[in-house]
Amino acid sequence: LHKIAAVASLTARLQDNKNALGILFLLPTAVLLLVFLTYPLGLGTWLGFTDAKIGRAGEFIGLGNFEFLWNDSVTRLALFNTIFYTTVASVIKFGLGLWLALILNQHLPFKGFLRAIVLLPFIVPTALSAIAFWWIYDSQFSIISWTLQRMGLIHQYIDFLGDPWNARFSTIAANIWRGVPFVAITLLAGLQTISPSYYEAASLDGATPLQQFRYVTLPLLTPIIAVVMTFSVLFTFTDFQLIYVLTRGGPLNATHLMATLSYQRAIPGGSLGEGAAIATAMVPFLLAAILISYFGLQRRAWQQGGKD
Amino acid sequence: VSEIKRRKFLKTSAGLAAGAAAGPMIWVKDANAQQWKNTPEKGAKLRVLRWSRYVQGDIDQYMKNVAAFTQKYGIEVRVDNEGWEDVRPKAAVAANTGAGPDIILSTNDDANLYPDKLVDVTDLCTYLGSKLGGFYPVCDPYLRPDGKKWIGVPLGVAGVCMVYRQSHMKAAGFDTFPKDTDGFLKLCKALKEKGTPPAFALGNATGDANTWCQWLVWAFGGKLVDTSNKVVIDSAETLKALEYVKDLYGTFAPGTLSWLDPNNNKAFLDSQISLTNNGISIYYAAKNSQDPKVKEMSADIYHANMPVGPVGKPTEFQLFFNQMIFKYSKYPKAAKEFLRFMMEPEQMDPWVQAGIGYVTPALRHYEKNPIWTVDPKHTPYRDSMKNMLPSGYAGKMGYASAGALADFIVVNMVAEAASGSKSPKEAAQRAQKRAERYYKV
Repeated sequence: LHKIAAVASLTARLQDNKNALGILFLLPTAVLLLVFLTYPLGLGTWLGFTDAKIGRAGEFIGLGNFEFLWNDSVTRLALFNTIFYTTVASVIKFGLGLWLALILNQHLPFKGFLRAIVLLPFIVPTALSAIAFWWIYDSQFSIISWTLQRMGLIHQYIDFLGDPWNARFSTIAANIWRGVPFVAITLLAGLQTISPSYYEAASLDGATPLQQFRYVTLPLLTPIIAVVMTFSVLFTFTDFQLIYVLTRGGPLNATHLMATLSYQRAIPGGSLGEGAAIATAMVPFLLAAILISYFGLQRRAWQQGGKD
Repeated sequence: VSEIKRRKFLKTSAGLAAGAAAGPMIWVKDANAQQWKNTPEKGAKLRVLRWSRYVQGDIDQYMKNVAAFTQKYGIEVRVDNEGWEDVRPKAAVAANTGAGPDIILSTNDDANLYPDKLVDVTDLCTYLGSKLGGFYPVCDPYLRPDGKKWIGVPLGVAGVCMVYRQSHMKAAGFDTFPKDTDGFLKLCKALKEKGTPPAFALGNATGDANTWCQWLVWAFGGKLVDTSNKVVIDSAETLKALEYVKDLYGTFAPGTLSWLDPNNNKAFLDSQISLTNNGISIYYAAKNSQDPKVKEMSADIYHANMPVGPVGKPTEFQLFFNQMIFKYSKYPKAAKEFLRFMMEPEQMDPWVQAGIGYVTPALRHYEKNPIWTVDPKHTPYRDSMKNMLPSGYAGKMGYASAGALADFIVVNMVAEAASGSKSPKEAAQRAQKRAERYYKV
């Protein structure tokens, strides 16, 4: 009985202590994050510094993997591909997404229906849309080549995925198709939080639509843009499924991204350490992207119309 | 030297035993049959992980055989299927963590990645070998790396042959399929002129691109490494192969640099190409097609073994299947019994037939299976094991050979030289550098 009373009083005291209670409530989330996020990330980073193979624990080899990767022509190519892919795709996704968001923000007929349709590419599982693109780009059965040929515009099927530069642009196009809805819908949500009274005030001051966009819409939308572009860049930089289905990194490794190369080296190739090193090498680029968006776009002064 | 001699002796004596088993000396067979003594553990249960079927008949008959095993021994067997490329990482993780299926059917170099995690099956392989005509010598580097101890039971290969349209070949002025690489190039040029071009995958196609690119480089005497695992791909022989492939590529249908495994099947069945390399699947897809036109085409589809190059012997490369028992298994004896049961003619023969020849078994006895002769078009696939060189030729298998293959070093080299994006010399030098990394000089 004495014991029970002691436990009861301890519980009571615990319930009164805000700090202890706070920690208690945070615990489940903290454990989940630690087990499923921090641990794998830490393990992945650690593996990058070892020569681990699948089925064999590795030994610490310092920067050995990174040294090799720096001199490895395929990795360098993959790095170039990834940066090119991310830059081109993100810029175009932002442009198209913003444009689409502005259009959808107008009073259009069938507004709800149109917005639903815009989301479709985003809803379809990547692997499925990638297979659709695979057929669209097929060297023998491409619907685009077929149509153009029927129209007499080309005489030979376009080698969408067989020529290095064609393949790069084809995969970028597929990525854009998939990524635009995310940007557009998020920016649309941002646009709708802007109070109409600003526009009324601006038009009373005689601002042209362009000036309204520049001095009202854009500054107020910047925080959302920062967030959505950060995510968009992260998704694009780490893209895997699309490339894996369309080209597996070919032709001549022209579309190998860091993510696909990391997989190829780590899992089918068995070099866990090297694959992990490639994945780890992506982190600085991702951090840079996040920091740029954070410091570059979140500046309060600029948002409020002032100068930096 | 003595090591080599002893190996040779072992091989020859195995061959003699094989000849004896196949011959009229029935007493040998009986003696061997008695030789197999194994009592599965009481209350054993087995889990098997295997690559998923390519043809429905394979898995149907496999499961029938499994059911027969359960009925006979009272041992429950659970079979899981995975795409063959996914079995490799799973098997490696099982080996590493010491938990997983008792038996894994995997591919290529896998057993050499963790040989000390596998149950020694020398007794089983000796029994099977002497009873069923012996394993083909190419099984040794895969599963008997030291020439003595078997670390897995060879199952066979998914044979790849030349698949061609007979009428197109005849129209191009050839009555029979060329046996050598010179004739083969001539045929391809003639086919191209007639507007019925050949085409071979040059993308990162794990199956088709690897099989024909390795074959070609080997046919000219090029090889990634020598017998001591020294990288020697940047050689005069490789350059000859790459010069050859430049000419050959000129005859291909467009787009092959992007081709993955399914592309050549699609293009062939659509009559866009008349020659490619593949398993028996194109023929069977055509034969069983609902489309009468495609079905009609199957009569025109023929197969031939890969032509022989200047080295003067077959140099095919095939996807090899192994069967591994893991040391962590609580029922290694039951597992051995299971593999023995599945490899015995009562089970294997119907399985090979149900798989319509997709798998060429590793035991010579199964050359006599009627599937190879019931339709003469099957026959070339019978010899897939006989005509092949092992993965990582001419070196030893291990992480280096597995990694180099998975990184498409040879395929990329051939593709670079073929497409002219690099000169043959540059392509070979680059492959040399990439391979040296795996084989760490």
